[in-house]
Parts: sequence; structure tokens; C-alpha cells
Amino acid sequence: MTLETRTRPAVERAPLRREGPAKLTGTALYTDDLVFPGAWYGLTIRSTEAHARLLGIELDPAFDWSRVVVVTAADIPGPNIVNAIQDDQPILVADEIRHHAEPVALVAAPDRGLLREAAAHVNVRTESLEPVLDPLLSERVFAHYEIVSGDIAAGFEEATVVVEGEYRVGHQEQLYIENNAMIAVPRDDGGVAVHGSLQCPYYVHKALRRSLLLSDAQAQVIQAETGGGFGGKEEYPSILALHAALLARACGRPVRMIYDRHEDIAATTKRHPAIVKYRSGVSAAGRLVAQDIEIVMDGGAYCTLSPVVLSRGTLHSGGPYACPNVRIRSRAVATNTPPNGAFRGFGAPQTEFAAEMQVNRIADTLGVSPLELRRRWLYRPGDSTPTGQVLRESVAAEEVLDRAAEAAEFERVRARTADARASRAEGGSRGGRGSHLAHGIGLALAWHGAGFTGSGEVHLASVASVELTAEGRILILIGSTEMGQGTKTIFPQLVAAALGVPMDDVELAEVDTALVPDSGPTVASRTAMVVGGLVIGACRRLRAVVEERSGGPFPETYLVDARVHGATRIDEHFEPYPGIDFDDTTYRGDAYPAFGWASAIAEVDVDLDTGEVAVRSVVAADDVGRVIHPVLAEGQVEGGTLQAVGYATIEEIKLRDGRYLNDRLATYLIPTALDAPRIETILVEAPFSGAPHGAKGIGELPMDVGAPAVVAAIHDATGVWIHDLPASPERILAALAVAGTAAP
Amino acid sequence: MTVRFRVNDDSVELTVPGARRLLDVLREDLGLTGTKEGCGEGECGACTVLLDGEVVDSCLVPISQVDGHAVRTVEGLAPRRPSQAEPATPGDLNELQRAFLETGGAQCGICTPGMLMAGEAFLASGAAPTDEAIRTAIAGNLCRCTGYTKIVEAIALAASRCQPAGAG
Amino acid sequence: MLEPPLVAPATLPEAYRLLGEATYRPVAGGTDVLVQLSGQLGPPPERLLDLWRLDELRGIALDGDSLSFGALTTYTEIRRSAVCRDLLPAFVEAAATVGAAQIQNRGTLGGNIANASPAGDMLPLLLVTDALIVAGSARGERSIPAASFWTGYRQTALQSDEIVIRIQVPLIADRQVRFRKIGTRRAQAISKVVLALSWVASSPDQPWRAVRLGLGSVAERPIRATATEAVLEGRLPESDTANTASVRVAAEIEPINDVRSTADYRRAVTARVLHRLIREAGGW
Repeated sequence: MTLETRTRPAVERAPLRREGPAKLTGTALYTDDLVFPGAWYGLTIRSTEAHARLLGIELDPAFDWSRVVVVTAADIPGPNIVNAIQDDQPILVADEIRHHAEPVALVAAPDRGLLREAAAHVNVRTESLEPVLDPLLSERVFAHYEIVSGDIAAGFEEATVVVEGEYRVGHQEQLYIENNAMIAVPRDDGGVAVHGSLQCPYYVHKALRRSLLLSDAQAQVIQAETGGGFGGKEEYPSILALHAALLARACGRPVRMIYDRHEDIAATTKRHPAIVKYRSGVSAAGRLVAQDIEIVMDGGAYCTLSPVVLSRGTLHSGGPYACPNVRIRSRAVATNTPPNGAFRGFGAPQTEFAAEMQVNRIADTLGVSPLELRRRWLYRPGDSTPTGQVLRESVAAEEVLDRAAEAAEFERVRARTADARASRAEGGSRGGRGSHLAHGIGLALAWHGAGFTGSGEVHLASVASVELTAEGRILILIGSTEMGQGTKTIFPQLVAAALGVPMDDVELAEVDTALVPDSGPTVASRTAMVVGGLVIGACRRLRAVVEERSGGPFPETYLVDARVHGATRIDEHFEPYPGIDFDDTTYRGDAYPAFGWASAIAEVDVDLDTGEVAVRSVVAADDVGRVIHPVLAEGQVEGGTLQAVGYATIEEIKLRDGRYLNDRLATYLIPTALDAPRIETILVEAPFSGAPHGAKGIGELPMDVGAPAVVAAIHDATGVWIHDLPASPERILAALAVAGTAAP
Repeated sequence: MTVRFRVNDDSVELTVPGARRLLDVLREDLGLTGTKEGCGEGECGACTVLLDGEVVDSCLVPISQVDGHAVRTVEGLAPRRPSQAEPATPGDLNELQRAFLETGGAQCGICTPGMLMAGEAFLASGAAPTDEAIRTAIAGNLCRCTGYTKIVEAIALAASRCQPAGAG
Repeated sequence: MLEPPLVAPATLPEAYRLLGEATYRPVAGGTDVLVQLSGQLGPPPERLLDLWRLDELRGIALDGDSLSFGALTTYTEIRRSAVCRDLLPAFVEAAATVGAAQIQNRGTLGGNIANASPAGDMLPLLLVTDALIVAGSARGERSIPAASFWTGYRQTALQSDEIVIRIQVPLIADRQVRFRKIGTRRAQAISKVVLALSWVASSPDQPWRAVRLGLGSVAERPIRATATEAVLEGRLPESDTANTASVRVAAEIEPINDVRSTADYRRAVTARVLHRLIREAGGW
């Protein structure tokens, strides 16, 4: 399938990051950098119990409350609901506290000293209730799915080797270095303008309209420069925006709500923990003939995005492998812990960890190379997925696998580590430096559906606009946000290429709901593929209009055309990808218009005395359809890979009574530069014909493979399989002790 | 308490509580919002500035200890100080900033000011720009976006441009 | 952020006078105290005494048969000190494991001592080198042996009007000192286990004398594992010794489960790291 316009030279350029100079000189304005004279400061009074009845909120009469404002659920003009999918989560607790750190009341004051003092005089009276903390014991189900393909019983009958496993993955915090932040400014028309750190301006817009009973124009959302999101600023900002807006409404002044790190970790969404029970059957001929998968995801106290996280996790849980008999049963349940939400990968890293562990364990059981086994089983064009989707095009599983294996010299290194393991086993270490270090190499392969699942994109009905302004500038109007991944650079780049104009003549409108249309959320690795596709479509139409009107090529005529005709704006609306059909009720059909493919090979050193793991290198091969900007694309792979390495090794949240114990940066640890591996990125292109530029997503792919590759490498080094993430030194030493390979 | 100190090329005199954090003095009293707060506990390094040429977490420095000393922030790196009226362009950057721009060392940018200060201190030290040495120099600066790869590349690139061939 | 009242005396006598008048939290480099200002970790200090101007508390100097560190000596200063590299290289090694550059430039030895965290990175080294912690006040100076200094969880032997002014580390001929810290990551990590071991032996084939084993993060304060020291005393660093000592130390300590690690892990790793250190010393 060839692309319609082979604008390779322009698309291959790597223009410098548009907002780079501002960021590099400290002049880019993040939310807390914004100044609003006369602004008050707001804070949130939160529950200290996991489950309780709210009996009352009492204001100590000893404090002069006329100097501050206090907002409770009763002060919300519209519904006390912040909705992502279900209408179950209150903006402020009305009667029942369902998780630790749940927002109960809001306070705003002219200065922080007074604010702190006021907060200390608010007394929240509660009656404790029994919490449900174990997802396996929860009876409240947010969503459940079942996917069946073929005949699972027959499949296992045919199997001569059956490998079973239970895998547990815990919470992961997105840990954007900029905490959640919002500033709400009352508008003259009775509305509110919120400036904030956010990924999805129209999610916030919708929330404000609904609960504050505002019109489209009255609810204005403006994205400030945003210091990282990774999904953690997908739905959560709606709550914070509502809080700030309620306070602004109450005091009639701008209100700043800037979380500190502790509050951000304690109160905002995390990756869903999951328990995956997996049974795989292999035939005598070495074919994968059966997969029986059971998934339980912990949604926390409220539904938020759990149904879609579960959906994606479910659809990806078989891994990128053709299997004729598959049964996947999944449920997302409630516990009395803070609600979980979106985080890069969105359910797939959890289940693909389990899928890859299974394949690696099967390879080990069969005495077959994990590379060879995958080559046998991986999807090829024409194969069908468990939902019955035929993978017609853009299938690059084998290519990413081969490219990674070649670059990492997988088999050669694996042979070396096997030798080292053998001599350790037979001779014991002979002393001296380094002999207690074991080297290992591990491999993983994954797939990631591009864009929203099923009819998601149709429901989003995204719009993107391109305008030739009266001044002869090209203005892109989209609701997609920059949070480091490169939106502000690749869109002018794509438009400049599509129109044949210099990139410097192309501007991107500020993400302000008063200016830009709803292009859907900046999530699901959809921005380049879906919104980029819309923008290119708009360019083509603009080009056609101007060329027809002027009688000459766009690059030569657009300036005159603008002078003569004034502004011309094209709004491009999402049209379903042709031939893509999914039934949301039966979960049959084309779950995604296309899939991205990724492979990772990790090398580690494990200290056999202490169980400490040093991840030395990761080779990451990612198929993104079409590389729009190689430097930005590599940046996504490198960043996502390190987040996956952190997930596998040191990122952990322990809980007690439904409260996170790791709730500050001294205790929730992410990798430093010294912990980070050398990352080699290989970008592969298997273009998707439905996108005008061929691009699929990139942001989340690397998150699906990093962790199982590291855990496989740990196994290669030590002989032990760690089934729970993170594969901490504590777990490794405990596993070594059980295996009896521990030294005295 | 009245404190007098240098910030970049300026002399500053302020009367503020001695326990006020240098970070808050920079951001709120002096309007230098380039330095960021990521954690308030000296773990993330987003608030890194140079104090007498050495990297410190400004969220942990009481302003009383800055009296008589010199602070350098991200705003003091580029030859020309940009403003909202005259925004920064690629030409306004110093060698290290330019290297970050070329390699893609800044993504969301929130760790970048602190990272640049750590990079500047490293370059000033004249230490050999090995991978390990650079990573050690920025070990107190957390980045969540880049995986550090292009940050290390940027510092190494700047070092190669600043140091004559054969040095270090 | 709370901003409690702060006084910054220019001289040590002035500092002593202030300390005698009211309850102050002394602040050195601020890397521990300023984290406490938010009030999230417990009641914040009410009043701060900034020690930073007290140059009397600075400097590393050879003082007879001791190395003397001013309380305000930073980790960076330890790392850059030639005399420290020569005479107490384990101190330099340990200082390099604290935090990262930003913390090392500001964190002080005196602060580490007075903060009295059970995980304090330098504290086991002070225990195994029989360091003297010199406390000063308007009433004069007194030397407190490290072994008596940390009395309970974040409790020290300091009186309310005293501050740490100096640390004297005796220099013993033929003494070997080893340090090992196990943290969750390679920088910016509070220790899960931190260990220092010292012994006197004039050559590798001589039995170990004056054995000291200092441990952090395995009790509510940094401790000496005296029963394990007794096992090692007078022995050669051979396989039997290593086995016995590691079993002994595992039995001797009572670590806990906490947010960072588990009792089992701490126990196992302390034993294994000790075993490894003895093995490396013995060259087998």
C-alpha cells in the first residue's frame, strides 16, 4: 500500500522543538508561573479514612470565617458529579467517604498562612465503615468483558504442555515532574476561565459546564505549558478545575490550586493494579493452541476510566500471537482506595506483562529460544485476533522482533549468559570481585492498538481546523495538547509539508476552548495518527479551495489569496476508517484500525548477594507506521522505556488501610540518570493506509514491553521468575532463597 | 532579615523572613519563575540553582544563608534575557541550551532549568564528559519524559564544543 | 511553606547564648530541616538557629592522632579533602553515596549526626572508628563517644542548649575500614541497610583486632553489632569466620518492615554483605 503523497523529504526533517527556546530559557509559563494579581490560594480538606460516613463538616467558631471562603458539596450549583464514564464520583463528598484523601471541603484565603490556619479549624466528623481493600473480595464491578474465540476446552485437550501463572502488578504513579495545578479566574459573564496543567481541555470544559451550569462560552479552559502528563492529567484535572472554579466563584477572585508533591501522589489517579491468571497450552508440534486468561483490575473507589482501561487490557492480553482458542474474562472492581485512572499504556502494560511472562516461561519449559518461539507464534498479515479482526495490513511484529534481536545480538549474549550460569551452578563462585554479579538478557514483544478502541473515535467526533488567515499566516486550531511529546512541533511540520509552505509561516493556536475545536483528548497515542490525519485532510481541502480559486499552486498563490479573499478556515471532521467495524456489545470485529508493534531486549546485572538489579541496556524496536520526527519519536521510545524499567524494578506503592505509604518523592522512587539503562531505539515503519501520513501511535508502545523484558533478563541471570511487579530485590532474594540457590 | 546577594548579573537586597526558601524568593519575590518546584524535599532537583557556582536544591536553602553570596539561575544562562514581548529564539541560547535543543534533551521542559544548571556546573568543572560522569552530575535531577538519553547526549555535545579537542 | 522565625548568629558564643535562652532547631545545610517546614512529617520546628555563618565549625584538619571535622563540613568537602582521601577513604566513599550533588554540596556531617536518623549514611562509620562527637554550649565543650551518642529513635545525647561542633575521628595504625550502603537506587536513596566494618591487622595474614561493626537501618538508631564483633575478634577473614559472623549478625539484629524494605531482606542482606566484605578482605 503506497501513500498518496510521498512527501518523505519534508516529513523526514527534524525541526527544532518549537517551544524549545522558551523552555530552555525558563520563560515558558507553566501554571504556577502565571501571575493573577489579587489571587487567593485554595486547598482541599481530604478524608483520612478509607471508608466512612460523613456526619458533618464543622467550622470552629474560634476562627473568623469572614476572612476566607469554604466550599462544600452543598455549594455546587449543578450535579455534584465529575464524570469520566459513569456518574458515580462526587466533586466533594456528600455523605459517604469512599477512599483515603477523598476531597471533602475546599478553603480559599488571601494568603497561605491564613489558609493553613483556616484549614486547621475545619473539623470533619465521620463514622468509620468497613473498607473493602482486596480487589478479589470486591463485589462492586465497574465493568466486565468476555472474549471467546474457538473452543478453549478443545484447545487444552490438544495441548501437551500447559503453563499456568498468576501475575500481580501494582500501582504506578505517573510522576510528571510538574504537579497538578489549576488557576480559576472568574469571568465577567459569570463564567470562569481555568488555566491549568492538563491533557484534555474539553474534558475539563464539559465538567465545568455540567456542574457549574455554564454555557459553552462561559466555561473557558486554557492549557498552560504542561510539565508532563502520561495520562495522569487526562481525567484528574477536571476535579481540580472544578475545585478551583468553585472557590473562585465563592470568593469572586482568581484562586490558585497548586498541588504539592505529597498531595499529588496521595490523591490523584494511578495505573490500575491487576491480577492476571493465565493458562497457556502448547501442542506437541509446538503451536500455541490455547490461552485462558482471567483479569481482575482494581479500579479504586470510583469508576473513572476503568471500563476502557479494562477493555484495552482485555483486548491485548493474548499478546501479539495467533492462537485459535482463546478465552479472556475480565473485570474491574471497586476498592476503598483512591480511584485509578489513565497511565501510558492504559491496561495493556499490565496484561502484556503477563502475556510475555507466559511466553518466556513456556520457552524456558520447552528449552526453546524465546526469540524462536515468538517467531513461530507472532501475528502475520492475514491472521485473526480473538475478536475476529483480520490483520490485513501494517503488521510489523516480526520486523520489530528481528531488528531488536539483531541489534542486541540476542542469541549470542544469551549463549554467554547461559555459560556463566552453568559455571556458577557447577563450580560456585570462586571469590574475587564481580563474581556475585550475574548478567542476564531478556526479550519481550507487544502490540498496541492505535487510537480509541472500537467505536471510540466515532463517538469522539473529533474536529481539527486549519485556517489561512487574512494576514497570510497558516493557523492550526486543534484541542490536542503539548506535554513534551512534540505536538507543537509536529503539527506545524505536517502542515508545512502538506501545503508546501515554510514551517515558520505555520502557527499553532493556543489551546483555549474559546479558540480551538474539540479534537478529542490527547491520549491513546492518537494525536499524530488521528488528529494529524484530520489536519492533513484539512490542509488538502484548503489547498484545493485556494488552488481552484487562484488557478495556481498553493505555495505560490496563498498570500495573494489571503489578501484578496480574507481568511479561509477549513474544519475537518473525523470520518470512520473505511472497513473498520466493531460491535461494542459482543466485542467482535475490528477493535482498532491498526496496531503498533514493539519489541524490547533488556540486559541486566543482578547482585546475587543483595538482589539489586542494574538494568544496563535496552534495545527498543518500535513500529510507529511513519516516523514524522525522528528525534521526537526516539524521545518517546526512550522515555516510555525508562518508565517501563521503573515499573519493573523500583516503582512501588505499599498500602496500609487503603492509604498509600509511598506518598512523597523520598519514598516513591523513579529511576535517576544513574539507574537508567543505555537505550538504543530502532524506529520501524509499517504504514497504516487509513492515516494520510501512515502514522500510528508511539507514546504508549514502549510501555508494553519494557517490564517483561527486564523480568526475563532477571530470570536469565538468576534462574528465578518474579511474577509480581516490581521485581524488587526483596522479591528476588526471597525467590532465590526458595530456589535454594542463595549463598549462606 | 535583610539579605543582600547577587542573582545572575544583578545585585539584590530584600527584607524577608530568614527561613524563607531561596526557591520562593526567586519565584515570588524576584519574579524569576524559571526555577521550578517539583517536590519541596530535595529529591527531584527541579529547583536546582548554582550557589557560588555549586548546584543546590533551592527548596532546601534558607535565604539567610544566601546573604553575601551569588546565585545563578536558568535566566542567567542565555546571553540575551528574553521577555514575553521578545521571546526566546534558537539564537538566544548558550552552548548548553543550544545542545539541548539540537539533541531533543527537553520534552515537557519542567526538569530542564534544573537540569541545565547541573549541566553548567558539570561543564564548568572541566571533568571528562564520560557517560558515567555526566549521569553522576545529573543524578539529583529527575526527568520523567526523556529517559535521560538525550540529556546526556546534550551535555556531552556541549562539552565537546566547549572543550578544545584533546582536553579532558 | 511555613517560615518560622530564624536567627543567624555570627559567632559561636552568640549561638550558645541564644541556645541557652530558648528552644531552637539548629539548621546547618538545611537538607533535613527544611523538609520539615511543611509540617507533613510531624510538627514543624518553632524556631530556627542558622549555624551557617559559624566558620569556627568548618574545616577538616589533622589534630594530633585524629582527623577533626567541623560540624559544618559538607559531603562535598569530605570528598574533595586530600587528607580525608588518604587517611579515611571510607568516609569519602560514604559521602559519595549520599543523595546527589545538590545534597552533597549542602548536607553536613554535623547535620547527619544531629538529625539522628537510623538510616544516616555516615553514622555507622563514626561508630566503627570510635569517633568522638564534640558538643558545645555556653557551659563548655564535651566529647561524647559515638557509641553513646544515639540513644533512641531520632534521639541524641545532646542537651537542649548544645550543638554538635566538631567530630574527632581517631586515626589508628593498621586499621581497615569498609563501608557499604544498599539503597533502592544508585542516587538519592535512603538506605535499606548501611554498614561499616573496621578492624586492625598489620597484614592480611594477621588476625583481626578491635573489630567494629556499625549498622544503620536495622534498628531505631545506628548500632554496633557487638555480638558479631565478638565472633570476629581475633579471627582471620576465612570462610568459617565469614559464615559464623553472618549467621551471628542475622540473629543479632531486629530489623523491621517499613515503606522501604522488609525485615527479612534487611536481615538477609546485612548477613550477606558482611560475608562478602570478609570474603573480599580475605581474598577468597
